[in-house]
Amino acid sequence: MLELQNISFSRDNKKILRNINLTIDDKKLVAITGPNGSGKSTLAKIIMGIVTPDSGKILFDGKDITNFSISQRAKEGIGFAFQQPVKFKGLTVKDLIEISSGNQMKVCEACDVLADVGLCAQEYLNREINSELSGGELKRIEIAMLAAKKAKLTIFDEPEAGIDLWSFNNLISVFEKMHQEIQGSIAIISHQERILNIADEIVLLSNGQIEEIGSKEEILPKLLNKGAKPCHKLNEGETNCNLGGVN
Amino acid sequence: MDKMEKELLKKIADIEKTPMGAYNIRQDGKGIARNTTANIDIVTKEDKPGIDIIVKPNTKNESIHIPVILTQGGLNDIVYNDFYIGENADVVIVAGCGIHNSSCETAEHDGIHSFHLSKGAKVKYIEKHYGEGEGTGDRILNPQTIVNLDEGSNMEMETVQIEGVSSTIRETKANLAKDATLVISERIMTTGKQTAKTVFDVDLAGENSSVHVASRSVAKNNSVQEFISNVNGNNKCFGHVECDAIIMDHAKVLSDPKITANHIDASLVHEAAIGKIAGEQLIKLMTLGLTESEAEQQIINGFLK
Repeated sequence: MLELQNISFSRDNKKILRNINLTIDDKKLVAITGPNGSGKSTLAKIIMGIVTPDSGKILFDGKDITNFSISQRAKEGIGFAFQQPVKFKGLTVKDLIEISSGNQMKVCEACDVLADVGLCAQEYLNREINSELSGGELKRIEIAMLAAKKAKLTIFDEPEAGIDLWSFNNLISVFEKMHQEIQGSIAIISHQERILNIADEIVLLSNGQIEEIGSKEEILPKLLNKGAKPCHKLNEGETNCNLGGVN
Repeated sequence: MDKMEKELLKKIADIEKTPMGAYNIRQDGKGIARNTTANIDIVTKEDKPGIDIIVKPNTKNESIHIPVILTQGGLNDIVYNDFYIGENADVVIVAGCGIHNSSCETAEHDGIHSFHLSKGAKVKYIEKHYGEGEGTGDRILNPQTIVNLDEGSNMEMETVQIEGVSSTIRETKANLAKDATLVISERIMTTGKQTAKTVFDVDLAGENSSVHVASRSVAKNNSVQEFISNVNGNNKCFGHVECDAIIMDHAKVLSDPKITANHIDASLVHEAAIGKIAGEQLIKLMTLGLTESEAEQQIINGFLK
């Protein structure tokens, strides 16, 4: 399905991704996790074509898509749910679901995808995707849009961010349903144990590199036992963390 | 009417055959068709070009179509239309002007529409402006709309300038009495070297009167747009002015919304935003499979919807 070969990316002289090699197999639900700043979102954007890597190759269904535009990748069957959903003055929920489905979706099907994310179609279908919607509503609409796209590979960038607890339960069901019904691959960038728990495979990124890849049975216990790493200066026994003039 | 004339009418007033209800169709400075109903009378003015449209009190669910088309260059058509809407009437008025100019001379239509809504009357007013034609002559439309709203009356205005108008100055003046409401929705797109100027002057004179002005525009190429609004709150009232513009290429947009509160209980808000299409909006639509130009068109269509 998707193969990343030696992907590297730097910005402002900082190495964000270092020589990433990763394969996402057909029909797999893969969770990509790791500390903040480990390069997860950049990796997702590189797969979608939003960010261009400095080096490396991307193969999708055996085809080299490294130089494909965002639109070409979308047409090949890659979908991407933004961490911060984009607002549009004038475009409605219905408009975007229609575009996302390639105008293939009937109104009743659009209603179903909205219901799956806990939104009443009657209330939301004709609403503009603007600032009158809350962050949680925008996030749910974003996920519904991707469910409508039925892509071969769907990437979710931190789908849980901004979602309340009640919706979070539904969110897990949406991913499970998508996984079963669409029969495509799903890559979810997440910190949430419950999302990692439904993954077939977990990829742990750290400092721009893949630290580990394995089944949830292998990786999850290690992650849960690991806890947060303390400041390296404290590890080295320094007690005075001087933050530029702050004593 | 030939095919071109019929298509112009369809563009501006959605008329494909004889409209239902009252109508008055004007072509090249002359009335060419008219119908009145038991409740709606249309009378030709005697002192100047134009008509009086008189709607009886309590008239409900009736419509009035008064489209104008210009198919010749070198014509400056000025028309004065006065609407007298009786108490508690509730009607839809569809106006608009389409110009087909295939000459090198200017074709201009200036429609001066005055609305007088009696107590409790309700009007939905739809006005579309459109220009076309292979000639080099300008297509100019300068509409003036004067709105007098009596106690408890309500007017909703939808004005759209679709495309092809070389130059326009659109002026709207309104005076609202107690409990009157005015909602204005304006959509404009300019391209090439076109210019568009919109001026709203609204006096919220009566207690609990309210106005909402929402203007959205897209300025492409080297076109120039100007949005000016003056809302005066002279009583306990509510006013909201919202103007958004998408600017593209080498266009220029000026926005000058002014609110003046002359009363302690006047609540007035204005919001103005001008900007190019956000990159993240284009990217989002491209991730859904649209090309960059399709995404741009989709954003503009939605914005001007």
